[in-house]
Amino acid sequence: MFEDLRDLYQEVIFDHNRNPRNFRVIADADRKVEGFNPLCGDRLTLYLKMDGDRIVDASFQGSGCAISTASVSLMTEIIKDKTEAEAEALFKTFHEMTTGKSEDIQLEAVGKLAVLAGVREYPARVKCATLAWHTLDAALKNQQQPVSTE
Amino acid sequence: MALTSFPVELIRADFPILAEKIRNKPLVYLDNAASCQKPNAVIDSISHVYRHEYANIHRGVHTLSVRATDKFEAAREKVRGFINAASSKEIIFVRGATEAINLIAQTYGKANIKAGDEIVITAMEHHSNIVPWQMLCEQTGAVLKVASMNIQGELLYNEFASLLNNKTRLVAVAHMSNALGTINPVELIIAAAHAHNIPVMLDGAQAIPHLAVDVQALDCDFYVFSGHKLYGPSGIGVMYGKQALLEAMPPYQGGGDMIKTVSFEKSTYAGLPHKFEAGTPSIADVIGLGAAIDYLNEIGMANIAAYEAELLDYATQQAKQIKGLRIIGEAGDKGAILSFVLDRIHPHDIGTMLDSLGIAIRAGHHCAMPVMEFYGVPATARASFAMYNTRQEIDVLMNGIESLIDVFELS
Ligand SMILES: Cc1ncc(COP(=O)(O)O)c(C=O)c1O
Repeated sequence: MFEDLRDLYQEVIFDHNRNPRNFRVIADADRKVEGFNPLCGDRLTLYLKMDGDRIVDASFQGSGCAISTASVSLMTEIIKDKTEAEAEALFKTFHEMTTGKSEDIQLEAVGKLAVLAGVREYPARVKCATLAWHTLDAALKNQQQPVSTE
Repeated sequence: MALTSFPVELIRADFPILAEKIRNKPLVYLDNAASCQKPNAVIDSISHVYRHEYANIHRGVHTLSVRATDKFEAAREKVRGFINAASSKEIIFVRGATEAINLIAQTYGKANIKAGDEIVITAMEHHSNIVPWQMLCEQTGAVLKVASMNIQGELLYNEFASLLNNKTRLVAVAHMSNALGTINPVELIIAAAHAHNIPVMLDGAQAIPHLAVDVQALDCDFYVFSGHKLYGPSGIGVMYGKQALLEAMPPYQGGGDMIKTVSFEKSTYAGLPHKFEAGTPSIADVIGLGAAIDYLNEIGMANIAAYEAELLDYATQQAKQIKGLRIIGEAGDKGAILSFVLDRIHPHDIGTMLDSLGIAIRAGHHCAMPVMEFYGVPATARASFAMYNTRQEIDVLMNGIESLIDVFELS
């Protein structure tokens, strides 16, 4: 019945929505930033544990739609053991992938995150996918203020 | 009127957009509380204005200007009749309900509300009936009081009444809530406020397309609404105010049309309604709103209300069959709005999934964040019905909801 939506709602997204990874608090987190999408009410708190410039643990709490939950869940998996510079580079690629600015994105470069490429066709949903990453960006820049997509 | 005798198919034929295909499916438009679609009568009247009757109003001696002015003022008279105001001087054209409320806050409010005074609203207001009062409170030092509601989404009337006292300067409440569908007991509210000599503003943005409104019978002091939710054009709305109140109020914006005389020392203001209508208004849209009212009068607001009540009943019964669906807003007196949440499925996902089936609903906070907070949800999905919706469309909606629940759980 929802054939048209296969590119947007891939099985991996349902899976992460049902069983979000790293859905917990890091009590001794080095970075903690809140992200908020006022348009849909999506809200998340991102926790990072750092070792120098390396992310050694990442987790989140909050509530959102399947796209935003899957996006943040996947993100916490993929940024673990990455350096700040590597994570920033992923953010950049992810952003280009989801906003469709670049034609020839190297989908291999984003690994599993490629399942979110489908949001490109749904402008109303792009922010759901990018909220996690804007929050990460703020955390990496050591900002304390909550991030808002608006 | 029985469901079968309401001429819904004839009405549908008057709304060309209802024949649109969305994602290759017939459009099922259930976002009427956000904005309604327009009948040919409105679309044609606007294009007729621009083709045959357009010029600026109240300014020229030439034929076209006279023609446009006559049509414009005729539309004002139609609005007067539609809400049964005593005089067309009490009908002020504005951009919409939002502008009307801001106008009242910044003219009536600034002139009459001082530090320590109180303004009473309810917990179910749209942001546009919260923020203008907060701004006024910031400017004046007045205090905003909020009457609560119960879990059904009904105003706690006794609590509301207990908020009224000799510091209260204005009561501003939604006639019908956009997030919940609740129709407030406005007769009681007005009587209680008037017993304290407190004027009452009703936000009629949602009520106006669903109920017959008689401002004299209600005895409300202000009534505001938007044309676009009344099958009319966007960008036009109405502020009704009792003449004596309007006459005592300072003007809103300064400019052309709202003056009697201007010199560099002092200007004098025009009489009602022009005092509040500075600048060139949305001329064709006012005339289009008049056409929407003619169209609605032909069908009859009482017939529309009866038909929509049956639609809402049907939708509510069907929704209650769906496991994991929780209706948000179950007031005893309710207009044609079905707000709901699903277990573990976010309203935005519901919105996107239904859209892929051609079904347009609203997913979000409906400009009523305090209401979302009250129910402990980030957002709801909202199907809102209009007189052109059908039982079959409700079936399509319910099937869609059931299928998406399946997809979320099985895949
Ligand atoms: C109850 C209520 N009040 C006010 C408004 C504001 O109307 P507008 O945006 O047309 O000015 C709305 C519109 O959503 C509404 O539902």
